[in-house]
Amino acid sequence: MAVPWQGILRKIDDYRWEIPKSYKPGMAVPGLIFTSESMLGHIWQEQVFGQVANVAFLPGIVDHSLAMPDIHWGYGFPIGGVAATRVKDGVVSPGGVGFDINCGVRLLRTNLTKEEVQPKIKEIVAALFTNVPSGLGSTGKIRLNERELDEVLIKGSRWAVEKGFGEAEDIVVTEDNGGMKGADPAKVSGKAKKRGIPQLGTLGSGNHFLEVQVVDAIYDRDLAKGMGINEAGQVLVLIHTGSRGFGHQVCSDYVSLLGEAVKRYGIELPDRQLACAPINSAEGKDYLAAMSCAANYAWTNRQCIAHWVRESFIKVFSKSKKELGLEQIYDVAHNIAKIEEHETNLIKQTLCVHRKGATRAFPAGHPDVPDIYQRIGQPVLIPGDMGRCSYVAVGTETAMKETFGSTCHGAGRVQSRAGAKRSLRGVDITQTLAARGITVKTGDIPSLAEEASEAYKDVNEVVDITHNAGISRKVARAVPLGVIKG
Amino acid sequence: MKKEFEIIDHTADIGIKAHGSSLKEAFSNAARGLFYLITELDEIEEILHRDVELTAFDQEALLVEWLNELIYLFDAENLLFKRFDIIKLSHTQLKASCYGEKVNSSKHKLKIGVKAATYHMLKVLKSDGYQVQVLFDI
Repeated sequence: MAVPWQGILRKIDDYRWEIPKSYKPGMAVPGLIFTSESMLGHIWQEQVFGQVANVAFLPGIVDHSLAMPDIHWGYGFPIGGVAATRVKDGVVSPGGVGFDINCGVRLLRTNLTKEEVQPKIKEIVAALFTNVPSGLGSTGKIRLNERELDEVLIKGSRWAVEKGFGEAEDIVVTEDNGGMKGADPAKVSGKAKKRGIPQLGTLGSGNHFLEVQVVDAIYDRDLAKGMGINEAGQVLVLIHTGSRGFGHQVCSDYVSLLGEAVKRYGIELPDRQLACAPINSAEGKDYLAAMSCAANYAWTNRQCIAHWVRESFIKVFSKSKKELGLEQIYDVAHNIAKIEEHETNLIKQTLCVHRKGATRAFPAGHPDVPDIYQRIGQPVLIPGDMGRCSYVAVGTETAMKETFGSTCHGAGRVQSRAGAKRSLRGVDITQTLAARGITVKTGDIPSLAEEASEAYKDVNEVVDITHNAGISRKVARAVPLGVIKG
Repeated sequence: MKKEFEIIDHTADIGIKAHGSSLKEAFSNAARGLFYLITELDEIEEILHRDVELTAFDQEALLVEWLNELIYLFDAENLLFKRFDIIKLSHTQLKASCYGEKVNSSKHKLKIGVKAATYHMLKVLKSDGYQVQVLFDI
């Protein structure tokens, strides 16, 4: 039977599908989607190809407009998209980062086993729920004035550690050491600061969560050991959140500012949400300086939350942090733009890599990988939905060659939030998960259905594609035991 | 009579199509649609008001700026509005008074967190009265 994409997409191999430049006149480079034949149907239905093609219009884009297998329909950029533009003559696009700047994940390990944690899971979930403010409109326990906020924006995680939230070791295992250089609070609006001040140290709502997990599969013992993941049954904690209202406002401010700049610079775009400005222009530089502030805010946010996670475990188990082995494995951003060196077609170039719903995946030996991971490569953290599982992987040389050192970021939605609610009407999600041994706590029960497994692609399939395509390598898998849904 | 607004359901996000016999009414209905996504409009009382004045470089951008201003007032000051008196609306300028109250957790059930209004699929049309369409990131 003929498939609708026949004659449109060029199949390179089982996991790589090219959208030729002829698909839409104006594309500067072809599109490249990492996916399998079985997942293409949904991508086609959603018309995400058009969005991958639109990104290929960005001035200075190199190689391909890329899409990871968790790709789904976004506003402007698709979610799961990667686009690299030349710094010397290319553009930066706030829409290519998204509203939740430096939304990302942080993974903590423990010495605890499922047998030790299971009997106390209700107690742990309750302690986490109390210690980590979550939900729509939640405000934090941290009191800041504007001067202190500026310090957060410049220092990132380091600010939190100086204030006693966590330790210096955490910073070493955080992308960019939890603080992007070039952050300039003067480039951030008063509105963004006003939204940011009360929200630091909060999980937020939507798809953000805090999860106590159990390792259920190890794919590579050596790599896993290198991260402190020793055996199946070991308990981990995953934190998924971003820059809250602060980042949303920074993005809104700059999409509108750059929407005007587009006209001044005579840039033709197929979608206004792709608004951009030359990286070397005043507008482009200002955006990157403000975006870096938001990225630092998000790292500080996860740093504070990780500290409260540790406090919760220490209290419930009456053991020290050392006894519990509560160390940070890694922290990665999956909505960000980074200035990086990459080699394409044998030319070394400085590029602005937009990762919108994509994770950095640098290989062993890369200078930006922390010393302790130099041998194994940068840990890649891929959260799934709350009913399935999450993955730990590592970056590869193939990612460096083909995807500007990037891989997928999660499962990717298949059902709208309202659609998920409709299809799960009358289903008690808390009960369904409890029957499978997963304890959930949320301040917003009606919204649980929006984040149910049925609303997402199967993360197993997504991660298998990235593994088989070679853009990241599976290390371990973990299933949820306790979930705080924001 | 046409509904004030309809909800557009998308995989990752949610949008609003608002109608009005005038453009002012369509902009006002879009704002009501936004607060309908956030909470139950019937639960909002007109206790306080806020004046809003905005400029943008074209009418579509003005719609985004208008809704983003209301999202800001909700997120930064916990304000919920139900009635909008649009005093001035040109191609690039908007002046309005917004009526509502502060979030009261014992009364207002918050439904979804709206991060921002986007420029994607954005429309301001004159056909059968006026129609505006906007997609939110949630």
